[in-house]
Amino acid sequence: MKEIIAIILTAALVNNYVLSQFLGICPFLGVSKKLDQATGMSIAVIFVMLLATAVTWPIQYYVLNPKGLGYMQTIVFILVIAALVQLVEIILKKYIPGLHKSLGVYLPLITTNCAVLGVCISNITAEYNFVQAMFNSFGSGLGFFLAMVLFSGVRGRMENNNCPACFKGLPITLIAAAILSCSFFGFAGVVDNIFG
Amino acid sequence: MEKTNKLAILLNGIIKENPVLVLVLGTCPTLAVTTQTVNAFGMGAAATAVLLFSNVAISLLRKIIPDKVRIPCYIVLIAAAVTIVQMVLNAFVYSVYEALGLFLPLIVVNCIILGRAEMFANKNTVVDSALDAIGMGIGFTLTLFVMASIREILGAGSWMGYAIPVLCDNNIGIMTMAPGGFAVFGILIAVVNKFFTNKPKKSEFGCENCPTASVCAKIACAGCSEKKEVVAE
Repeated sequence: MKEIIAIILTAALVNNYVLSQFLGICPFLGVSKKLDQATGMSIAVIFVMLLATAVTWPIQYYVLNPKGLGYMQTIVFILVIAALVQLVEIILKKYIPGLHKSLGVYLPLITTNCAVLGVCISNITAEYNFVQAMFNSFGSGLGFFLAMVLFSGVRGRMENNNCPACFKGLPITLIAAAILSCSFFGFAGVVDNIFG
Repeated sequence: MEKTNKLAILLNGIIKENPVLVLVLGTCPTLAVTTQTVNAFGMGAAATAVLLFSNVAISLLRKIIPDKVRIPCYIVLIAAAVTIVQMVLNAFVYSVYEALGLFLPLIVVNCIILGRAEMFANKNTVVDSALDAIGMGIGFTLTLFVMASIREILGAGSWMGYAIPVLCDNNIGIMTMAPGGFAVFGILIAVVNKFFTNKPKKSEFGCENCPTASVCAKIACAGCSEKKEVVAE
């Protein structure tokens, strides 16, 4: 139990995917303008991360490794994720239209989100077992959610402020992200001290 | 005339449509690997190789691949190229392979590559696509190199692994960490906006350049779809 909590906290706070590992920067910058979009996107990301881990982990250990096809990891994972996302979208559209309406539009965007592929691959490289891998994905998704929600608040305030013309738009957003990522430094060492 | 056209395609990627600073694609590896110039160079070279392979292959197959399933086809081609590059690096330049780590397989989802496939390679001839790939690759590598130089000189007091006398005793550690990456990237884009583009960019984030823009337009960038039509016209 202790170990699982440590994995979640490490993934969500210390090694935050967006702010300290630079994964999933595109949606972080693109969809964080409004709080509701940021929330929808991050929930979809958590969902797909969990699903992708649940599928790619067994594929790695029961198909690729026994057959000695470890080098096919990249191709197999990206295809599985892409197919999975499409499948989920179709199923949601058909059977749960309400959920599809709020979540569905974000799904195709996630196929090429490097955070999802990143979490699947890092679960394998970290040699987590299945349960640990699932919690690591959940923690990473949670970290993404946290960063998105925090940042959408920051951006809401930033929109109305004046800044030099050449900094308008993306540059000032990136500088704000720099300051936000500073704050996540505060978490370094926290998990080690609590559980160490 | 013909020759200047070819040259224009090549130069396009380096300056006018610099993939990182103007099109704002491939931000994740840009921020992550620019802590050291050597890594930046390795990443740039790897991405260029993948881009060249995928652009040429897609351009060759552009009349065979059905329009409806083109994105999955592109992804397969790109993933194959990435796997080859991964194996080559693993065999010959292991230190770079180690340093790039997770970001090597993640070249698959680098928007620059899918973006160029979608925007350029499926509409143009093989030679043009190859030139575009080389130009874009050089643009990407150069940008990474500049960013990594700034971060390495200020953050670690060294350049290309060689220590710089005064700076290495007074380094600003934060530059090589996450916040430094965001800040340097932001300032670089601002500088490019100021000096190289004629008018400040209207769009917040280059949605029209993203390969998934058609989907994105529905949600995030409300004005994006209109802009896209304007561009198309």
